[in-house]
Amino acid sequence: MIHITDLHKTFGKNQVLKGIDLDIDPGKIYAILGPNGSGKTTLIKCILGMVIPSKGTIEVLGKPIKNGWRYRKEIDYLPQIANFPGNLKVNELIEMIKDLRNAPGQEDELIRIFDLEPHLEKKMANLSGGTKQKVNLILAFMFNSQLLILDEPNTGLDPRALIKLKKLLNKHRGKGKTLLITSHVMQFVEEVADEVIYILEGKIYFKGTTSELKKETGQIDMEHAVAELMKSEIHGEST
Amino acid sequence: MGKVLKYSFYDLIRSRWSYIYLLFYLALGFVLLFLNSDLSKAVITLMNIIIVLVPLIATIFGTMYFYNSKEFTELLLAQPIKRSDIFLGQYFGVAGSLSLSLVLGLGIPFMAYGLLRSGAVFNFSLLLGIGVFLTLIFTALAFNIAISNENKIKGFGYAVLLWLFMAVIYDGIFLLSLILFEEYPLDTFSIIATALNPIDLSRTLILLKLDISALMGYTGAIFKKFFGTHWGFWISIFVLILWAGLPILRLRYKSIRKDF
Repeated sequence: MIHITDLHKTFGKNQVLKGIDLDIDPGKIYAILGPNGSGKTTLIKCILGMVIPSKGTIEVLGKPIKNGWRYRKEIDYLPQIANFPGNLKVNELIEMIKDLRNAPGQEDELIRIFDLEPHLEKKMANLSGGTKQKVNLILAFMFNSQLLILDEPNTGLDPRALIKLKKLLNKHRGKGKTLLITSHVMQFVEEVADEVIYILEGKIYFKGTTSELKKETGQIDMEHAVAELMKSEIHGEST
Repeated sequence: MGKVLKYSFYDLIRSRWSYIYLLFYLALGFVLLFLNSDLSKAVITLMNIIIVLVPLIATIFGTMYFYNSKEFTELLLAQPIKRSDIFLGQYFGVAGSLSLSLVLGLGIPFMAYGLLRSGAVFNFSLLLGIGVFLTLIFTALAFNIAISNENKIKGFGYAVLLWLFMAVIYDGIFLLSLILFEEYPLDTFSIIATALNPIDLSRTLILLKLDISALMGYTGAIFKKFFGTHWGFWISIFVLILWAGLPILRLRYKSIRKDF
């Protein structure tokens, strides 16, 4: 699905990605984890072509993405901070994205799932953070792309919406899609993810299933396992 | 590119500022034409306003739009759209809506005045054409400044400085050098220096077409000899195209390499 070799990215003097090698197989949910500033979003943006790598190659569906844009038809992306043009209404925004992608969307079902009917005629600027995130989710889920990249999908959602999101994720995995998710909520990751990719200071520090991670760190839940990973790295640095 | 252009353009023609800009030109056109008995004087006054105001509005509006549409741009970047199409679409959306305000705002009063039946129709079209060129040029320069500066305040400052330089400071330096090097032959120098600034070039083109170059004495005669001919006219148009084309090419180049 995605094949990344020796990926480097430097912003000015700041080296964010320092040689990432990664293979993403189809039909699974991957959680990309790591402390703040470890390069998770940069990695995702490299795959999307929003950030241009300093070195290394990325292949999506068997083709290198360099200077390409058509491959993005196969990717649905949920950005971390839902920034949308404020003067557009919710339904105008949905129509616009459908028109821009040149694809039919299945937004009606999603609008029902997330109870967005009362907000369709409101302008984006007047929505609350959680409602904006719901619109964000609709835009990401309404197309039938092979690959879904979700940057912090659970931000700002109430428990009811969170349960619906989890159901939605499982449904899309059931369809054989590949999902890349970043999140800081370990309970959420434990519930949805098949595999964990732990990034630390621009390198992949751990890649494997959630049970492997727990076994390796000797912890019973994900939260402690990931905390253990961070701790061992800090010790490693100080010695 | 078409779709990005469409949405940028729609977004802009719904904005209050486009209407204020349009109303300003409507008012200006009607007042100048109907309170002024001499048509060519009205055109000269219009020219003086257009040549200073159009670049200013295009520069400020261009930078403002670029920074304000950051969210829209980020949304578009994740879609299957070519990068250069995103930025060129936005650019033509801004330049297009500004040009439309200009052409409609001045065109309607002139139509109402019965311009189509008068002999001034060519001069007037030239004036509008040059106004559109100046919009294209300065919007492109503004987009270039904005894409190279993450910091809004800095970008805005550079844009205003650019306008100030082109509209005011350049002429000052030009005049000063004419006085300083009085004893040397300056014909070629002044023609080249005029061609290098799109505002000066536009002014010269219109003044010469209005046949008032005799008022400018010896320099006017030289300018007439160069810019007044067909050849000179097309060279000037070519220079204006370069002024618009080079920044657009750079915008395309920059947009392909930028990280978001």
